[in-house]
Amino acid sequence: MGQRGEAGRAGDDVRSDVYVALELRKSGGLTLNVVSKVDAFFGTSIRETAEQVLTTLGVEHARVEIDDKGALPFVLQARVEAAARRAGVAVQGDARPERTVSPPRSAKDRLRRSRLYLPGNEPKFMVNAGLHHPDAVILDLEDSVHPAEKDTARLLVRNALRCVDFVGAERMVRINQLPLGLEDLEVIVPEAPDLLLIPKTEGPGHVRQVVDRIGQIQHDLGGGEPIWLMPILESARGVEYAFAIADASETVAALTIGLEDYTADLGVVKTRLGDESMFARRRLVNAARAAGVQAIDSVYGDVGDVEGLRAWGRRARAWGYDGMGCIHPRQIEPIHEAFAPTVEEIEKALKIVAAFEEAEAKGLGVVSLGTRMVDPPVVLRAQRLVALARRTGMLPEEAQ
Amino acid sequence: MSGRGRKQARADLVTNAAGRRVPTVVNGKEQVPFQGVAAHQPAGVRHAPAIRSCKDYPATGDKRVPDLKTALERCGPTDGMVLSTHHHFRNGDKVALMALNAAAELGVKDLMWFPSASFPCHAPVIDLMDRGVVHHIEGSMNGPLGEYCSRGKMRGLGVLRSHGGRWQAVQDGEVKIDVAVIAAPTADPFGNCDGSHGPSACGSLGFALADSIHAERVIVVTDNLVPFPCVPWQIQGNNVDYVVEVDSVGDPSKIVSGTTQITKSPDRLLIAEYVARFLRDAGIMRDGFSFQAGAGGIALAFVQFLKDMMQEATSWMGRPSIWRRWSPLRPTRITLRRRRSPPTTSTARGTSRRWWTPRCWAPPRSTCTSTPTW
Repeated sequence: MGQRGEAGRAGDDVRSDVYVALELRKSGGLTLNVVSKVDAFFGTSIRETAEQVLTTLGVEHARVEIDDKGALPFVLQARVEAAARRAGVAVQGDARPERTVSPPRSAKDRLRRSRLYLPGNEPKFMVNAGLHHPDAVILDLEDSVHPAEKDTARLLVRNALRCVDFVGAERMVRINQLPLGLEDLEVIVPEAPDLLLIPKTEGPGHVRQVVDRIGQIQHDLGGGEPIWLMPILESARGVEYAFAIADASETVAALTIGLEDYTADLGVVKTRLGDESMFARRRLVNAARAAGVQAIDSVYGDVGDVEGLRAWGRRARAWGYDGMGCIHPRQIEPIHEAFAPTVEEIEKALKIVAAFEEAEAKGLGVVSLGTRMVDPPVVLRAQRLVALARRTGMLPEEAQ
Repeated sequence: MSGRGRKQARADLVTNAAGRRVPTVVNGKEQVPFQGVAAHQPAGVRHAPAIRSCKDYPATGDKRVPDLKTALERCGPTDGMVLSTHHHFRNGDKVALMALNAAAELGVKDLMWFPSASFPCHAPVIDLMDRGVVHHIEGSMNGPLGEYCSRGKMRGLGVLRSHGGRWQAVQDGEVKIDVAVIAAPTADPFGNCDGSHGPSACGSLGFALADSIHAERVIVVTDNLVPFPCVPWQIQGNNVDYVVEVDSVGDPSKIVSGTTQITKSPDRLLIAEYVARFLRDAGIMRDGFSFQAGAGGIALAFVQFLKDMMQEATSWMGRPSIWRRWSPLRPTRITLRRRRSPPTTSTARGTSRRWWTPRCWAPPRSTCTSTPTW
């Protein structure tokens, strides 16, 4: 009996995934045994896709069991490759699926109100994630992936980055805690994600390790667009180094915090309003602003508590945060509302901006609104607010 | 009634306007293939039952009979008859089986059961089909009945109709109902009945309304008999032949079964939200509008979203809803998604216009995404 490898999941509750069991043999070519609800429609495609991956990998003789639960091709390809690798195949060719999406690159100061976590080994959440219009999706390789499945998740996330249309959402990947995270980079960086989250960052050294490895990989590839970084502070130590971390590289675009680990590190209980982490969260904002990067808040863990989420989001905005994470698509809309300027704020900002422009046109050095003088920082804030309102669609784009 | 030619001859197939091959004869009856939207002009007059008169019931107006079997017997049951029931209790219905069993006791053979829908609770009809009491079903075949039908065990051809299509078929005489048996949560001895009150209240009896108008004989079965007149009534006693009292017509708690669960899937919720937004932004959601939602998870979630949007729209107007109730043609202006605070200025139509089209606006989210601004 030859070596065996398995990947994917089987069972009645499985959706959009596939279970692949592969047994290498000495001779006899490829034998595929496919069970699928959609065999009548996609049976041929399933067989062809699996055969193509195996041929590319250099597998000539094997018996393969495929138990399909409606997996899309990119999922099937990832699972077949993972099963072959686990069977000990000395991989020869590049079995990555053909790239079907190439969204525009994101800007460093892009709008990042919401970022939706997607477990890296769960295809069913990936397929429709973009339809919920988060500002970003995070394909997570860290805590939502079982330690025994890190290899399969890596391949699935790699394929997702090549094939899944996230409908304008920024494509983020959360790598594992270093040093394992550096291995993730080998697979993920060539797929040019927009941003990488670095969990449990404890100092600027962690950021530099990631930056160096990205640089090496991109050098070997012959170049590449910058990949933005968002270090996650998850310990008392990390919070103490907040500014140094944010300032460690030009590619750091934002700083965020992980409250579960942080409160555990402090030895305190995480509460609904998060008073115990107030120091860390407010310190983070100051450090981020000092380094000229965005401040992004943690997630709100209770999906059922929409009012709690709104309150959390509004307070985070008041403290200076630009956005927060979400663990369920229904959290996106409340977060966008919480981080949106109010109509009153926009109206006031528009008046200030108009007064500023009028003063400029007249060559006046002082901006006044009614009987009040308006200071330059107030004008700047108003301009930022108007820009945000335009980006979020609360104001029409300015006529050219 | 003569036994109809139920033996399905080898069907002639024609291509309809949708490009499908369809039979011209189903269960021995000629069919009109789909001709295209508004392309077919039906001829003839609406189907009507034989005239009834006060000679048919006692001078007191009391149409009660001891039980369903007696009522059915007086209707003059025949082999091959068409018996209709309705699904306002969905999986909690009890009357359909009562009626079919009564027909079986009377020795009726080969009847066509014409429910507005069937549910797993109707599984015992399989036995009646095996015994030759029921020839086939036209309506719907869900759960065990669907499986029975899918295995090719039903003798006739199953016919599925939309709810609107069912009304049309009854009205136009495409399906001639011999006896309609209506489960009524409240009824009076004359046959006026309604579903909005009584211990088994279930809501509208709309499916049964068509049958009460067009069926040859109408039996009302109730577990809540009230003195004449039953007010309000949805089904007119004038159209009813017999009234039967039973312990229970159905279990309203089982109306919420199977498909009737609000979905928790974020993707389905999103679909529901988009539908509600479409209704709102297209101006379909307006004072006095009406809609019908299905019982599926998405449809029920849609109702929740619509409710929120209607409340939001009402609070913006700053007027009690009664004020606007009688102006059904004026769309509620809610294209602006204003976040909080209703207007503090006058909301008379002329002056309120300004804050509906101010500089602050939010396009529907779908517009945002087709042209990302980043």
